[in-house]
Amino acid sequence: MASIKQQFEIPGKMKMWSMTLIGVGLLALILGFITKGASSDVHEKAVFWGTILYNSIFFLLICNASMFFICATTLAMGGWSTTFRRVPEAISTLVPIFGSVAAILMCYIVLSGKSYIYNWLDPKVVADSVELKGKAGFLSPGLFITWTILSIGLWSLLGMKMRSLSKEADDTNFDSTTGQKFIWRNTVIAGLFIVWFALTVGSVTPWFWLMSIDGAWYSTMYSWYTFASSFVTGMALIGIWVIYLKNKGYLELTNNEHLHDIGKFMFAFSIFWTYLWFDQYMLIWYSNQPEETIYFKDRVQGAYKGIFFLNLIINFICPLLILMKKSAKRNYTLMTFMCVLIIFGHWLDFYQMVMGSVSRGQVSMGWLDFGIMAFYVGLLIFFVGRALASKPLLSRNNPFLKESIIHHT
Amino acid sequence: MAKKKFVVGCFDEEAVLFPAVKKVRTAGYKIHDVYTPYAVHGLDHAIGLRETSLHTAGFIYGMTGTATALGGISWILTYDWPLNFGGKPHFALPAWIPITFELTVLFAAVGMTLTFCYLCQLAPFVKKHHFHPRATDDLFVMVIECTAKTNVDDLQGLLKSSGAVEVDVQVAEEGWWIGRYDKDEMPFENKTAVA
Repeated sequence: MASIKQQFEIPGKMKMWSMTLIGVGLLALILGFITKGASSDVHEKAVFWGTILYNSIFFLLICNASMFFICATTLAMGGWSTTFRRVPEAISTLVPIFGSVAAILMCYIVLSGKSYIYNWLDPKVVADSVELKGKAGFLSPGLFITWTILSIGLWSLLGMKMRSLSKEADDTNFDSTTGQKFIWRNTVIAGLFIVWFALTVGSVTPWFWLMSIDGAWYSTMYSWYTFASSFVTGMALIGIWVIYLKNKGYLELTNNEHLHDIGKFMFAFSIFWTYLWFDQYMLIWYSNQPEETIYFKDRVQGAYKGIFFLNLIINFICPLLILMKKSAKRNYTLMTFMCVLIIFGHWLDFYQMVMGSVSRGQVSMGWLDFGIMAFYVGLLIFFVGRALASKPLLSRNNPFLKESIIHHT
Repeated sequence: MAKKKFVVGCFDEEAVLFPAVKKVRTAGYKIHDVYTPYAVHGLDHAIGLRETSLHTAGFIYGMTGTATALGGISWILTYDWPLNFGGKPHFALPAWIPITFELTVLFAAVGMTLTFCYLCQLAPFVKKHHFHPRATDDLFVMVIECTAKTNVDDLQGLLKSSGAVEVDVQVAEEGWWIGRYDKDEMPFENKTAVA
């Protein structure tokens, strides 16, 4: 394996691009704070903080989806992803970074009582609402902050443990006993991560972070919807990094078969997302209860109508028709296009999930949204590039490596 | 119905089979089929089978199902016999989606199963020649079709040198005939004995 390029070197162009994007983003952040954040108009303030909030949560969750992918394949003994395992590992190094930013932001919003984002922070609103009075024990700043810090802390901690196990393997030559022990230790940590992931992304965390923006409204599909959205985007993110590295001449052992399987994940979870999208919509449409339909009133009939249905076209119709064929999942150009489209589409999904409630009746999409997105994309490119360069690109002693090299779909 | 001459080589390992397939194909022989106890990854590429078009058929069946469901339900519920369900509009599209989905899956599944049976000539009371009974158990059986130019001895030598555990020549019916597997009916007589 001496001929394999194992060391990623960050190209100058990539550094320049990430710095430019971060610069543009910072500029947008400062301008946004001056024109919107510091404005005396409550609506403008809400748009400023809401925009930062959905971007922070979106980019945190899609990076965390990478660790979910690693842990899920570990538990399922899925060895096929071993040749490019360092890519999701590198993406997941962002969880502590984006996590701290998101945690600080949400603690600030909750502690400063910004009730124009989370309406349950306003005692007057709570006093007038039967639903919010009933939820007062759950929707409290103390519980919100505790759960937020616990979620992000444990994701980071268990993720770090998984990555350090993988790094440790680089210098160990396994025989069958030590190899089995290594797999077992991976399995234990991955199991803990998945359980914690189910309790957080799979249930409680999106209730706090996103669903409680409409404090009185609830949907039992919501957390799974958030999970599906972030996981399919996470797969697209892994896909685009794999394609990038392949184009630069790295990851020689990763081939069309692996790309095909990443494409399958993108296809399958786009359908799964649609399934949850539709379930959430149809059940509420069918029962037609006023306290439930309030969420869709603004989105299906209000100002967000266009974005709401564009979201469905980008995230369902396009993946369904474009990614259906085997040859499409093995085509670099089409896969790149679909990765970008899915990442953008689910960013739009998070946009309407948050801003549809924060900025009711008026679509706030503008330069600030794209500026903050550029900021996060810049950070993502910068830190993922750095993480890729810090370790060999091939986890060369992983017991599943051979299975991955001869992988055939 | 046409009887043909086949050279049959049996292998007991996947790892031996692959290089043998490659050798036989490079030597220019036409592989009729390889019968294996389980689905072997990559063998379809190795023996040069073309991509199946079963999935294209499946897509068409699925679309037929979608059209049938949407067409049928909308005709019934908006034109033929409109009913008021809980004050919903007659054209209540979200409520139809589950049925549409199910009919799409049903049409695709049934259509693809029948197409698969047709393509593989599988049906009750349809019988085909089996080149080796152990192909369903533990043996990888490679069947090579002989043409007028085929030198059978050369081919048998090639198979043996590439690791075949059993090699024989069979004259057998290529297609199917009406018959039952629990009754031993042989429409051809001069079946060469297994070597």
